[in-house]
Amino acid sequence: MVDSATVDDICARHGDAPDALIEVLHDVQEALGFLPEEALARIAHRLNLSRAEVHGVASFYHDFRLRPGGRVTLRLCRAEACQAMGAEALIEAVSRRLGAAPGTVSAAGVAVEHVYCLGNCALAPAAMVGDRLIGRATPEAIAARLADAGV
Amino acid sequence: MRFYVPCDSAAVSVGADDVAAWLAAQGHEVVRTSSRGMFWLEPLVEIDSSEGRLGFGPVTPGDRLEDRALGPVAEIPFLKNQERLIFARAGLTRPLSLEDYEAHGGLAALRAARAMTPDEICRQIEESGLRGRGGAGFPAGIKWRTVLERPGPKFVVCNADEGDSGSFADRMVMEGDPFLLIEGMAIAARATGAERGFVYIRSEYPAAIARMRAAIATMRDAGWLDGFELSVRRGAGAYICGEETAMLESLEGRRGTVRAKPPIPAVSGLFGRPTLIHNVLTLAAVPWIVTNGAAAYRALGRGRSTGTQPFQLAGNIARGGLVEKAFGVTLRELVEDFGGGTATGRPLRAVQIGGPLGAYVSAAMLDLPMDYEALAEAGAMLGHGGIVVFDDSVDMARMARFAFEFCEIESCGKCTPCRIGAVRGRETVERILRGQDVARNIALIEDLAEVMRDGSLCAMGGLTPMPVLSAIRLFPEDFDRAPRAAAE
Ligand SMILES: Cc1cc2nc3c(=O)[nH]c(=O)nc-3n(C[C@H](O)[C@H](O)[C@H](O)COP(=O)(O)O)c2cc1C
Ligand code: SF4
Ligand code: FES
Repeated sequence: MVDSATVDDICARHGDAPDALIEVLHDVQEALGFLPEEALARIAHRLNLSRAEVHGVASFYHDFRLRPGGRVTLRLCRAEACQAMGAEALIEAVSRRLGAAPGTVSAAGVAVEHVYCLGNCALAPAAMVGDRLIGRATPEAIAARLADAGV
Repeated sequence: MRFYVPCDSAAVSVGADDVAAWLAAQGHEVVRTSSRGMFWLEPLVEIDSSEGRLGFGPVTPGDRLEDRALGPVAEIPFLKNQERLIFARAGLTRPLSLEDYEAHGGLAALRAARAMTPDEICRQIEESGLRGRGGAGFPAGIKWRTVLERPGPKFVVCNADEGDSGSFADRMVMEGDPFLLIEGMAIAARATGAERGFVYIRSEYPAAIARMRAAIATMRDAGWLDGFELSVRRGAGAYICGEETAMLESLEGRRGTVRAKPPIPAVSGLFGRPTLIHNVLTLAAVPWIVTNGAAAYRALGRGRSTGTQPFQLAGNIARGGLVEKAFGVTLRELVEDFGGGTATGRPLRAVQIGGPLGAYVSAAMLDLPMDYEALAEAGAMLGHGGIVVFDDSVDMARMARFAFEFCEIESCGKCTPCRIGAVRGRETVERILRGQDVARNIALIEDLAEVMRDGSLCAMGGLTPMPVLSAIRLFPEDFDRAPRAAAE
């Protein structure tokens, strides 16, 4: 069951403004881990939007999860600069180690995701654990950061 | 002793926080500054000396610093040979210290602009020849004038979506010198009569988001933003939201789909109001122009490409980082003299300029001068100034496949040539990768490219053919695949 007070607080902080929908979705996802259907309905009500509109926005952007994610998100860059430094091989090695391919969640709760550039292209390949950026990424460095994050 | 250690997230991504903690534990004073943008040397720590700052890098906790000595930082050729206007303070100041910012020349332009009329400021920008750094290179002055001449309410929006692979200059400005961007936006607001502004920052940049929010609060509290309400909005992981009209949709709380133009945003933009939209680097160039004058800016550069461009050396490059140089520098100077060739030491084979929609060029084309017109003539484009280097292990057919795949993933879906073309394109390259009917499939891609180029609503679909066709044209041997054995 979604705590509608949390959603209400977040909407209120953004003045219940419909143009702040993406900010609201970010904040709600941070608070709840993902965007449950009831939360979307509550947001629609508060922001005076239709449920279809809110759902349409939440499903358009790659950041938003409509189902529970992992305990921690590991983003692996596969854009060109990282490919030039072996990103594909790194992604394969990391996926094998975690037992989870990009787009899936490992048994230990790591949501593995592809990402297209993290702005660390001079220190490629790049990855990100939660909000922590990793440069010159190796399977070992990624494992160490995941351990810091408790998995 | 006092040590300067960068707090830029690229530096932190290779251990700058650990180095700072290690130095502090030994009783040293640690000052967290922006990064010089010499990322192969990060974590790069500096100390004061009679010869200016001395550098040590890359440093790992426990290192003997003497073993990592680089001498006076300003004398390192990579830095010494640049012409830094936007990045003049990089590595010197604490990003959130308004005092440091002012001590290094900050706020002089905004102070001067407050004594100028909007028309005078617009004239400076027009005469400087400043062109948009977001990709299209459109003259900034024309947009400023258009917005100024319209009735309010009006908006200034900074496009900080920086989605192009190979680019990180916007991130460096926002994390390292956020007051510079805010000063540029405040001047733009004054010049155009806008009272409200947004910085649209991609969600992949949490450190930039936090620092911009803090810097805006500091500027507001210090009274520099009177009459101009500025806030940060986050993107949500959609490359297409870097396209300005998709960004406007996103700022209005909707799906990031592209709007048909006209009307241009300068006439009818955010909430249908006149809106000045610029990339971070365009706005960050404004304070220098206002302080030093349009003529001084125009004196730098080549032809209609005036001033400096922050080039970003990325990918398989020995010395990756930020090189701000006047337009006209050659690709060879950037990649070889500054960049030191490939990181792997293998021969350079291809360079992609200007992000995922930019062309690939070959090693034979390195003498290209970097300016808008010269690149266009060579069938390439500057984009956001990202330069991604590949060594001879690259498979250009796979890169062509990736270009279509990227378009397929990031297309906003509004028009058919892009939405369907990207999928067909990827499938066709996959057939080539398997060695099926190569000649016929290449002809198919060429037809498809024409449809995408001519029929797409925006440059996402319109320019995806650029990396694909340049790869086919310059590296045909990679597409000439033998059929794979069926038993495989
Ligand atoms: C697919 C696509 C992605 C774009 N991404 C960005 C971006 O990330 N940042 C940016 O400043 N401009 C981007 N642009 C260009 C913008 O549409 C627009 O031209 C620019 O923000 C205008 O600012 P400028 O005049 O300073 O260049 C993109 C364009 C397209 C077609
Ligand atoms: S070209 Fe692609 S991204 Fe651009 S409007 Fe059409 S579908 Fe959307
Ligand atoms: S391409 Fe991977 S960080 Fe930019």
